[in-house]
Amino acid sequence: MSSSHNVEYQKKELPAKIRTIGLVLFIIGLIGVTASYFTDSSRSAFNNIIMLSFLTSVGLGSLFLVAVEYVAGAVWSTPFRRIPEFLSTILLVLPVVVIPLLFKLGDIFHWMHPEVVEADKVLKGKAPYLNVEFFMVRVVLFILLWILFYYFITRTSKKQDSTFDPSLTKKNIKLSAAFIPVFGITISFFAFDWLMSLEPHWFSTIFGVYYFSGSILAAFAAVTFVVVMLNENGYLVKGLTNDHYYSLGAFMFAFTNFWAYIAFSQFLLIWYANLPEETFWFLQRWEGNWIYYTIGLIFVRFAIPYFGLLSQPSKMEPKRLKIMSVWLLFAHWYDLYWLAMPNYSKDGILFSWIEIAFPVLSVGIVILLFVQLSKKNNLVAIGDPKLKRGIDFRL
Amino acid sequence: MSDKILYSYTGIFDTPDEIIHAAEKTSEYGFKKYDVHTPYPLHGMNKAMKLPPSKLGYVALVVGLSGALAALLLMFWMSAVDYPIIIGGKPFFSFPAYVPVMFEVTVLSASIATVLTMLFIFFKLPNNAHPLHDTDYMKKVSSNKYGISIQAEDEKFNEEQVKIFLTGLGAKEITAVYYDNDEINHKHKILEPKFIGFLLFTALLTSGVSYFVLNKLLYMPPFDWMMEQDKLNPQATSTVFADGFGMREPVEGTISRGHLPYLFKGQPEAAEINLANPLPFTKPVLEMGQKKFDTFCSPCHGYHGEGDSRLRGQFPNPPSLHSEKIRNWKDGRIFHVITDGQNVIPSYSSQMTTEERWAVVNYIRVLQRALNAKESDLK
Repeated sequence: MSSSHNVEYQKKELPAKIRTIGLVLFIIGLIGVTASYFTDSSRSAFNNIIMLSFLTSVGLGSLFLVAVEYVAGAVWSTPFRRIPEFLSTILLVLPVVVIPLLFKLGDIFHWMHPEVVEADKVLKGKAPYLNVEFFMVRVVLFILLWILFYYFITRTSKKQDSTFDPSLTKKNIKLSAAFIPVFGITISFFAFDWLMSLEPHWFSTIFGVYYFSGSILAAFAAVTFVVVMLNENGYLVKGLTNDHYYSLGAFMFAFTNFWAYIAFSQFLLIWYANLPEETFWFLQRWEGNWIYYTIGLIFVRFAIPYFGLLSQPSKMEPKRLKIMSVWLLFAHWYDLYWLAMPNYSKDGILFSWIEIAFPVLSVGIVILLFVQLSKKNNLVAIGDPKLKRGIDFRL
Repeated sequence: MSDKILYSYTGIFDTPDEIIHAAEKTSEYGFKKYDVHTPYPLHGMNKAMKLPPSKLGYVALVVGLSGALAALLLMFWMSAVDYPIIIGGKPFFSFPAYVPVMFEVTVLSASIATVLTMLFIFFKLPNNAHPLHDTDYMKKVSSNKYGISIQAEDEKFNEEQVKIFLTGLGAKEITAVYYDNDEINHKHKILEPKFIGFLLFTALLTSGVSYFVLNKLLYMPPFDWMMEQDKLNPQATSTVFADGFGMREPVEGTISRGHLPYLFKGQPEAAEINLANPLPFTKPVLEMGQKKFDTFCSPCHGYHGEGDSRLRGQFPNPPSLHSEKIRNWKDGRIFHVITDGQNVIPSYSSQMTTEERWAVVNYIRVLQRALNAKESDLK
């Protein structure tokens, strides 16, 4: 099982330029976010929720990709499994991203005011789930669980780099199998808590799946972008082929369709049943200039990536993959903004430097984390027994 | 025996790697008219043979989009133009409702078109006269060997050189494949007895099996289990009850919910005296009355109650509702006729609720007033 020794991998430091870019984005973003909290704290809090959901999508989604690879025994993604592992480090930042929100909970969540709940029959009925104490328990518990699984799964994987012990893979398979159901439940309730309960009267049972589909797509997009960038500049193991690229592209294409399928399912049922307690959520997003934003979502999130990745060559071409993965990350932010922002600004779309500062900070955080991790660790899981087979993977 | 013409030279290989290597070399050598045969699709073969990307995807795209468009037009025509029906309070043209159907039709048409195009246009099937048919070579490459066949038509083809070339590639069993003109020119006629026999046999077999399954098999145990059910069919006899009736009457002294027994059966005068119209002359009441009148009464009485039946004499025309006699009837009398029937008119109590019948009475009053307006109405 020591076939991995003859894999060609020379660890190289990432250029200092990347760290500088990350640092600049981070500082600009941090200044912007801080300033925004002093100018308009409620609006910032809503942007902060989008940022939290976005970082959770990429971080937790990446950890899910790692877990699925272990459980399914997939080999095609082993040569670059370190990339999702690195990206899942974002989970460690989540507690810091949540903290400013904790001071603004009353402004964000209508249902956190006891006098409002007392006067509202529906909210009263939901109070056993939607109450401050239980909400805080969930916030802490979810992040704690994610970080625990992150810690154990990546630690085992890193240990394998030096020990080349195949039994570590078995250990990670068990951990991953335990993580996947935890992931499924927590990501659904995370979406219910932070995004759906912004409008506590509204409910949609498919909402968790909706957020899941977008999250996995965002994770795939982030992984694809990093893999293509690193591989083009020779930071990854030699021997990655079009077949690897094609698989990443095909997954982005597949999850684009999956997202559209789920989003349309949610819409169609509500449209058909036409119940006022369900339709108002869509009607809010159909009023004023939100209508343009909502119609734009169909193109940004579905039509453009669909036709951009439809043909077979487009799923393999590095340039196309880079453009589409960045586009899909943007589309995920666009989608999260669509979920959260209409609850804050019922009159129309809000866009200014505040809405720019948060994504800039998020990107800065991810780049800095990635650079930091790549200093100490290999960018390729060189001790993984599946690595050789992963490089030899052909469709 | 006609003279044989060389079709191609074939070589057999044992492993997929060897055949991919052979295909690479053959395309590098400059051969254009050659083909590779493997028992299953090999990845990387397109590249090795330097084949251009398949055009099949475009067939799927074009037919799929046409399918989507056709489904959209079909539903638009049916539900918004030809037979507009309001469904669930939605507009006649409700795009979201069409999306699932469009999606299905897209998938169905694209996949069927792709398969058929692939078989009959790209693979040019059926082709019974291909020279490689029924050769040892074909038998081997369709089970566990990999083969390459370089055709004599190729510009670079030279018998001796091809033999050396194939040997150089490491091919085992290099054989020449011949065909004769008879074989190529032989046309399979549509009316060949074998073919007609085959069609007949297929037709008889499918219809026979369908007949057997639908008319015989479903009545044989154990396939008849759906027929044996522990329930009573409507109007069937029952052994449970002493009177043998399967359908039961309400318990004596009770009435069903929402139902009031009609007290004046066969007593029109008593009904006229005792029944008072509970409904006011309001727009919703009259609209309901009009709807019910147009539905149930107008076929014989006419839309305006003038007795101008639309039934073209299939049923005796009733008298006009505008006669002095009926105008002077009290509401209760008209209600009685609708509820209990009179002469030819049957009871409509099972078609209309009590309230609807009263609404019809009000509507009849409106019709009467319209034809016999008072002087004061004109002011």
